[in-house]
Amino acid sequence: MSQHQPKEAWGGQWRAPVLFAIMAALLVFEGLSNGWNGALGIINMGLISAILALGVNVQWGYAGLFNVGVVGFVALGGLAPVLIAMPPTPGAFKAGGLGVLLALAVAIVTLGLAVWINKTQAKRIRLIAIPAALIAGFFAYRALLDPAVAMIEAINPSATGYLGGLGWPTLIAWPVGALMAAAAAWAIGKTALGLRSDYLAIATLGIGEIIVSVLRNEEWLGRGVMNVNGIPRPWPVPYEIDLQNDPGFVERMASFGLDPVTGSTILVKLLYTGLFAVILLALIWASEMALKSPWGRMMRAIRDNEISAAAMGKHVTKRHLQIFILGSAVCGLAGAMMITLDGQMTPSSYNPLRYTFLIWVMVIVGGSGNNWGSVLGGVLIWYLWIKAEAWGPDMMEFVTAQMSEGSLKQHLIDSAAHMRLLTMGLILLLVLRFSPRGLLPEK
Amino acid sequence: MDILNALVAITNYILIPATAYGSQLALGALGVTLIYGILRFSNFAHGDTMAFGTAITIMVTWGLQAMGVSFGPLPTALLALPVGIAATAVLVLATDKLVYSYYRRVRAAPVVIVMVSVGVMFMMNALTRFLIGVDDINFADGARFVITAREFRDMTGLAEPLPIRSSQIITIVMAALIVAALFWFLNRTRTGKSMRAFSDNEDLALLSGINPSRVVAVTWIIAAALATTAGVLYGLDKSFKAFNYFHLLLPIFASAILGGLGNPLGAIAGGFVIAFSEIGVTYAWKKVAGYLLPAFEPDGLLQLLSTEYKFAVSFVILIAVLLFKPTGLFKGKSV
Repeated sequence: MSQHQPKEAWGGQWRAPVLFAIMAALLVFEGLSNGWNGALGIINMGLISAILALGVNVQWGYAGLFNVGVVGFVALGGLAPVLIAMPPTPGAFKAGGLGVLLALAVAIVTLGLAVWINKTQAKRIRLIAIPAALIAGFFAYRALLDPAVAMIEAINPSATGYLGGLGWPTLIAWPVGALMAAAAAWAIGKTALGLRSDYLAIATLGIGEIIVSVLRNEEWLGRGVMNVNGIPRPWPVPYEIDLQNDPGFVERMASFGLDPVTGSTILVKLLYTGLFAVILLALIWASEMALKSPWGRMMRAIRDNEISAAAMGKHVTKRHLQIFILGSAVCGLAGAMMITLDGQMTPSSYNPLRYTFLIWVMVIVGGSGNNWGSVLGGVLIWYLWIKAEAWGPDMMEFVTAQMSEGSLKQHLIDSAAHMRLLTMGLILLLVLRFSPRGLLPEK
Repeated sequence: MDILNALVAITNYILIPATAYGSQLALGALGVTLIYGILRFSNFAHGDTMAFGTAITIMVTWGLQAMGVSFGPLPTALLALPVGIAATAVLVLATDKLVYSYYRRVRAAPVVIVMVSVGVMFMMNALTRFLIGVDDINFADGARFVITAREFRDMTGLAEPLPIRSSQIITIVMAALIVAALFWFLNRTRTGKSMRAFSDNEDLALLSGINPSRVVAVTWIIAAALATTAGVLYGLDKSFKAFNYFHLLLPIFASAILGGLGNPLGAIAGGFVIAFSEIGVTYAWKKVAGYLLPAFEPDGLLQLLSTEYKFAVSFVILIAVLLFKPTGLFKGKSV
């Protein structure tokens, strides 16, 4: 993307191992000074952040696509554990499930019909037929959906009031989350790609907001702001309480000199860490192989010069659509993993600052176009984000220590939380300006 | 009589609110479209520029109120508005100098500048929160109504009331004045003409001796004035909450794209189309239907979409424009 050939980054081939070693040392220090429970918590979310950053890096680093709706794809992926792993609500499907499915079928048929009219009919007919089909379809959809939703939400609203899931193993929900995000990305990419680059950014901004507001408001689907709690854990991860009731486990922990409560929480977190690390490594392997393949060379050729790639007979828009779907699917996967880790779905927590902007900072700081860079950026920025929560107020206390007590001092101390955002914005702008290739530059 | 009542209800719940909201969107979209036409990128920081300008205006308003200054029946915020505009203009000019000018010089790809503007957006967002906090702030003072519901009922004898809030009238009048001034500036003054020339063809404009840095600076100042005014009018009409202005970004972009990015007239038309569709689709039509078709008694509220989904309306319009007419209604720049 830059005009001139940049200089070799400091450190050469040792740069990546050294930076990863520093990151590991920071995490070990965190474990030794503040306890391993918290450190493992940071590592687990750091790994999920790394997967998210990997997904965004596929879009930005490989193809130069700017996705401002990461939060939407994460949220959509997060819906998958609810729909797959939660037990079905007794009677809900019988009461309204068929109605909801019919309504969704009507919606899909309507859209298909509109597309068919648009493709086959003359312009005169199109002008009348498309709006007519869409309006009729919309009313049919509402007429089917509304009564079904009322029935479902009436079932024990304080505890369920939603369709529930299928009761399948949670691990299945992860690829399903990726597929759901991929489907949304297909719809957006199909409309916004091939136009000027800003349009994709604006369209993804819109879809992000809409997915989150659907999750907030459609109570039959995921209980909306009432949240879904107690999402089952994935296969190898046990519950702490079961471990603590297991005499064999208590004995083994005693032989390590650990009490069973600490031991069980650490073991659970370690199992999550292992699970996430396996997925992260598999994704990195897959994307490294893809990047080295002829397909990856074509992608980079398109990114570096769309016009000449098109002149060589490459279908730029189709390739962009492909990569946009792949990247969004990875974001959906990470969203599903995150909801599994939390064990609950809280739609009101999907905040674009946290799930779009922070991920972008991770990708840019780590080094766009470099998969290992995204991993480093993901873990490092997440670590800083968590630590800054504690450092911010401390720093503000220090800065204002000499000031006399008063409303200004109080205001400054209260504002420490906003400083965290300001700092992240500043880091993004500084890296973009002075070191656009990030910590681990693309080779 | 029922038809009159229905008309009054439509005016009360749709025509007036949508005209006011449409004026606010149009002012916002004008700023976006000017930046796009001259600086050639979609400015994601525009919503937060509006929030910053409004925050400064509110703080000056508080200062004026504390000194006992008032603007008679009009809100004090209108007196504070020029200060807000000046502060916002200083902020965006500084941002341009520190951030954007570099990317213009290296002729960075538009998508990189869009990303930079997202970074600026978050810094401005944090700055606004730092200045004024995250609470909901109501800063409208002066007379609340031009006509109250009771006055209207006494005047006409209709069952349906038609209160007219002063903030709505102020919004519409201010927007009309500002749009008129802007078009006079763009079409009649030398600077305005040079801006349009720059927007049409940068190279030709440079060849004919137009000073680019002057054009850029004037554009930022106008954008700051439009953003602050739009933000203050929106805040007077509803209330001020920093995060709401971020959410305004989608309808504003939809308005600008619907009208054709880079086309000022289109931005105004787009703003009103978006506002009327948004309010029309999320309004519960039951009352109007009751007047017009007394025999028809629906169970529901006759609301097409719940108000939580108002952004879906802008989004659907945006997608339709991208699918069928990416240049917008009034030929804007597309590729």
